[in-house]
Amino acid sequence: MKKVLYGVMILLLSINLVGCKGASAADGDQKVRMNGSTSMEKLVNGLAEVIRDTYPNITVEPQFTGSSAGIESLIMGTTDIATISRSISDAEKEQGVVEHAVAIDGIAAVTHLSNPVDTLTKEQLIDIYQGNIRNWRELGGNDQPIVVIGREAGSGTRGAFEEILGVPDTFRYAQEVNETGAVIAKVASIPGAIGYVSLDVIDDSTKVLAIDGVHVSEETIKNGSYQIQRPFIMATLGSLEEQNINVQNVFHFIDSKEGQQLITSIGLISAK
Amino acid sequence: MKENTISIISNKKMKSRVEKMAKVIFQCCATVSVVAVFSITLYMFISGTPAIFKEGIAGILFNSVWQPTAATPSFGILYIILTSIVGVFLAICIGVPIGVFTAINLAEIASPRVKKIVRSAIELLAGIPSVIYGLLGVLIINPVMFRLELWIFRDSTTHQFTGGANLISAVFVLAIMILPTLINISETALNTVPDEYRKSSLALGASRMQTIFKVVLPSAKPGIISAIVLGVGRAIGEAMAIVLVAGNVVNLPAPFNSVRFLTTAIVSEMGYAQGEHRDVLFTIGLVLFVFIIVINLVLTYILKRGDQNG
Repeated sequence: MKKVLYGVMILLLSINLVGCKGASAADGDQKVRMNGSTSMEKLVNGLAEVIRDTYPNITVEPQFTGSSAGIESLIMGTTDIATISRSISDAEKEQGVVEHAVAIDGIAAVTHLSNPVDTLTKEQLIDIYQGNIRNWRELGGNDQPIVVIGREAGSGTRGAFEEILGVPDTFRYAQEVNETGAVIAKVASIPGAIGYVSLDVIDDSTKVLAIDGVHVSEETIKNGSYQIQRPFIMATLGSLEEQNINVQNVFHFIDSKEGQQLITSIGLISAK
Repeated sequence: MKENTISIISNKKMKSRVEKMAKVIFQCCATVSVVAVFSITLYMFISGTPAIFKEGIAGILFNSVWQPTAATPSFGILYIILTSIVGVFLAICIGVPIGVFTAINLAEIASPRVKKIVRSAIELLAGIPSVIYGLLGVLIINPVMFRLELWIFRDSTTHQFTGGANLISAVFVLAIMILPTLINISETALNTVPDEYRKSSLALGASRMQTIFKVVLPSAKPGIISAIVLGVGRAIGEAMAIVLVAGNVVNLPAPFNSVRFLTTAIVSEMGYAQGEHRDVLFTIGLVLFVFIIVINLVLTYILKRGDQNG
């Protein structure tokens, strides 16, 4: 009998708790819908998580259907912020899409330390990864076959690298590795290897190649001279002032110290 | 003191209760594994079949183009299946002679001292985690393979250099990994051959080697075959070691190609796969699961036939 009583009490209590939570959610929770690039999944999901520390009642509802679909739904009014990992076209701007660059995604090409080649052009990089250039000799280096190392399908770095070079799904890899660290390790140990990694993991064990003569650094990425980069844009329909307070708060948060910390912590470069 | 002690011989009522309880507990324990097998089977089929219905069996099993994230994705795993079959077959070709001859040495020829050394080495080999085999493969086999590759294909204009991560490296690692299984089970099979067989053979004037190859090996055949089948099972399910040495690119399983096995296909892309890509990875799991089931059925069949013969 006692047990039954306890059971009923616990049940009532839990219903009560759930009820309270539901009620407060209906009152205070402000939803911000975001839709767009799958490449920005890490950033948007991170944002959805940490924004609650500063703005406890903003709930970010992320969807990832692709950059173009994101813009489409922004124009249709089914999302508040479109997340886009490419530049916005003039036609899109004419429809009222206003871009706010939040971060830059840069990728470095790395090779073995013994490799005398210092710089490649974008075209050479594409030729290497497509298998048209097969020996470093053709690029002014040693007579050493090129071992083309990349990431597995579905990896954000691979998607970005292939998209920035403009030739997705045409690369012929010799090895596919499922971790950034493993790419570094492989490139460091195989003479003649080339690989690509996000900027935050570069260390002294490999040689970072300059692209079109430009060395990769935060500076060259920000001024646009380093080519293997793409913007991470959050776009709104109409200017920021026309948005509701919650959308504005999302952008305020990104500009804040915590927001900038989030961006650098996932290997991106702040657009500021 | 005596009142507090529970003894199963204390009284009849107590005894029957203990008996019943024990029975229930044992039965519960027995059902755990049965439930596990059934739920795994069910789960594999539930999560593995949607992609088959969507893409069609031909689109997955008999298609060789693996581009899961392209604008128009293609989920062909033909090369992946072929790699698993060819790779495991070659590993068995290398592993079985070494394993069976080691077992013969242990069971028939070796002196107790040699036996002790070899056996402890095998036990150690069995206990090494598979990822360690992979690391050794990366450090030892891959560089050697890369040299070989550079030498063999020095004039080739079409070969894609893989830095030594290829089918052969994976086969070597697999062959070493299945040795303990092969040796232990073969040795047990050889030991169960009655001594009278050997004695009669020797008494008839056969030499020691003649006895081993004409008498002992044939009568231990079912046991050795089950060792091979178990070795196949171990090799086909191995992922950690070969993900490090095989290169992981979906290619035709040629000796110096970078290849991807069924297991490594799941391991390497599960991290970021979404939607249909993810479903197809489950389908690969299902294919692997079916392979393992077939191997187990073959094993049971062999063991049963062995019993009837014996």
